Amino acid sequence: MKRNYKIEVDCANCANLMEEATKKTAGVANAVVNFMTQKMIVEFEDGQDPKAVMEEVLKNCRKVESDCEIEF
Amino acid sequence: MNKKQKLMLKRIIIASLLLIALQFVPITGVLQLICFLAIYGIIGYDILWKSWKGICNKQVFDENFLMAVATIGAFALAIYEQSGDYNEAIAVMLFYQIGELFQSYAVGKSRRNITALMDIRPDYANIEVDGQLTKVDPYDVAVGDIIVVQPGEKVPLDGIVLDGKASLDTSALTGESVPRNVVVGDEITSGCININGVLKIRTTKEFDDSTVAKILELVENATSRKSKSENFISKFARVYTPFVCYSALALAILPPLVNQFIWQVGANWEIWVYRALTFLVISCPCALVISVPLSFFAGIGGASKEGILVKGSNYLEALSKIKYVVFDKTGTLTHGVFQVSAVHHNTLAQEKLLEYAALAECASSHPISLSLQRAHKGEIDRNRVTDIQEISGHGIVAKVDGKSVAVGNDKLMDQLHVAYKSCHSTGTIIHIAINNDYAGHIVISDVIKPQSKEAIQALKKAGIKKTVMLTGDRDSVAQEVAHELAIDEVHSQLLPADKVTQVENLLTAKEKDSNLAFVGDGINDAPVLTRADIGIAMGAMGSDAAIEAADVVLMDDNPRNIAKAINIAKKCMSIVYENIIFAISIKALCLLLGAVGIANMWFAIFADVGVMILAVMNAIRALNVKNC
Repeated sequence: MKRNYKIEVDCANCANLMEEATKKTAGVANAVVNFMTQKMIVEFEDGQDPKAVMEEVLKNCRKVESDCEIEF
Repeated sequence: MNKKQKLMLKRIIIASLLLIALQFVPITGVLQLICFLAIYGIIGYDILWKSWKGICNKQVFDENFLMAVATIGAFALAIYEQSGDYNEAIAVMLFYQIGELFQSYAVGKSRRNITALMDIRPDYANIEVDGQLTKVDPYDVAVGDIIVVQPGEKVPLDGIVLDGKASLDTSALTGESVPRNVVVGDEITSGCININGVLKIRTTKEFDDSTVAKILELVENATSRKSKSENFISKFARVYTPFVCYSALALAILPPLVNQFIWQVGANWEIWVYRALTFLVISCPCALVISVPLSFFAGIGGASKEGILVKGSNYLEALSKIKYVVFDKTGTLTHGVFQVSAVHHNTLAQEKLLEYAALAECASSHPISLSLQRAHKGEIDRNRVTDIQEISGHGIVAKVDGKSVAVGNDKLMDQLHVAYKSCHSTGTIIHIAINNDYAGHIVISDVIKPQSKEAIQALKKAGIKKTVMLTGDRDSVAQEVAHELAIDEVHSQLLPADKVTQVENLLTAKEKDSNLAFVGDGINDAPVLTRADIGIAMGAMGSDAAIEAADVVLMDDNPRNIAKAINIAKKCMSIVYENIIFAISIKALCLLLGAVGIANMWFAIFADVGVMILAVMNAIRALNVKNC
């Protein structure tokens, strides 16, 4: 299942780091961060609860970019 | 400017003023240190905090860390040397923050400009309820509702015209300024601007499914499909930052040690640590990481303004390497609308022959039947026609006014044992036999689009090595069209599966680094579109299937846009390569200068910010595609 989220991130490098961090989060099959449009597309593994996984994703992203925001 | 940016601007201004003020206040020693530290705190607290959190989260090597180490190091050096010269450390942090603010502002502004440029979304719809018009949000309009679009307004949803007629400006979708006319019964696409008539429309789709919304979504998501260049830059940045940190460390430690123990001269720690710090400051990869995605964003945005929808940055990249273009004939290079061009050997009057043919064909919707029906000027009275038999691949046999009329190709005539006369004209020949007597034949030909010839020439100018045309039509027709348009290779009389085989042969034959594009109308060509390196669908306005099937969608049906798409892609890619080469070489040069001591920290900051600004400005150039 794929979902599109609005994000707020200041620099392009951080966006790349966020993408890495999201991909490594448990329950995420794949992720793409688009810095230009400030959107993140997350593909969840089967049977995962998007909200719970996104909580983890936000935590991991905050580790690499403490200023970032994800709307979910 | 958003809140964060405004706050940063205030901090920069305050810190700068205080710094200048401190130059004129004669304090020394610990008090001076405290004042400078205060200013440093104002301008740099967030960087220090982020680098601390980075270390805690095991994300040590990033820009913040570099900046923190560089500036704290500079402070330490100044304290150690008791020079009281803390200006440098603060200046470094100050200029870094200015640079970051400028970058954030420039990128934000560019992003907003490009998004505004692409914003073709209609803001409201006029719903008619009981004769009253109310303005509503387009999202609130249901399928089947009646909406009214007045002159000057944008059509908010896809639908069918119930009443009125008008000229439409389709440039928001197609980039084409020639207006299209609609009358009652025509389908109308959202995003067009009504020029001069009042239109009453019954909606066929909700707002989210209407063409406008679909195009916007497509273009927005396109930059999420990353190109090879972008992937390269991401990988580069991931390797680069730790590499520079370690290099800086080596620069700070090794030369002094070598000096001390091998050359047996003074270590000169101060000089080498300073150089290492400068090294760190120059090393930031912002220019690269920002400018490449921005170029693609601008390129895709600019292309969409011209009615060329590229579904991914990777496709834009692939487009620039196209060397072979394969065309479908009917509907792509020709109008796909057949017309009666001649009647030969008719034993009855031409009009009569056409009348019989039209009547026999009245029940069919085959393009050839439709052209026969159109050629007959009078009314088609279906009551005169009975016992219609459609023989697939052959034609139609029917009873018109009691007479047996056969309308079809050579095979039909053979089947009925009617001797027919062949034709030396190119085109599709339809023979007519009445009561098994040959009555003559009608020549039907497809009309080449007027822009096709110019389109092929433009492609050759754009560097295409070979143009190929594939068609299911007869060889003589295919050869004539190819000759007329100066196309290099023709394959005719192909079944749909044969087209795929032809494309596969061409793919095997081409060089590794060049790409092959297939251009079709999208509806019948899905397998071939998928097989080619790039599938281009033309005339996609109003066709969801075409938009779905292809990688590049040309909203207008003008083949000239194929060369335009390739030129836009080439321009974008050259900007991307310019930025990559420029950024990397300037950085390398400055790193070298910093390592040998020619460049100081001020120079370092300017180099960093300057390169980034230039790269961003260059990236925006990708938006100008008018003359491609």
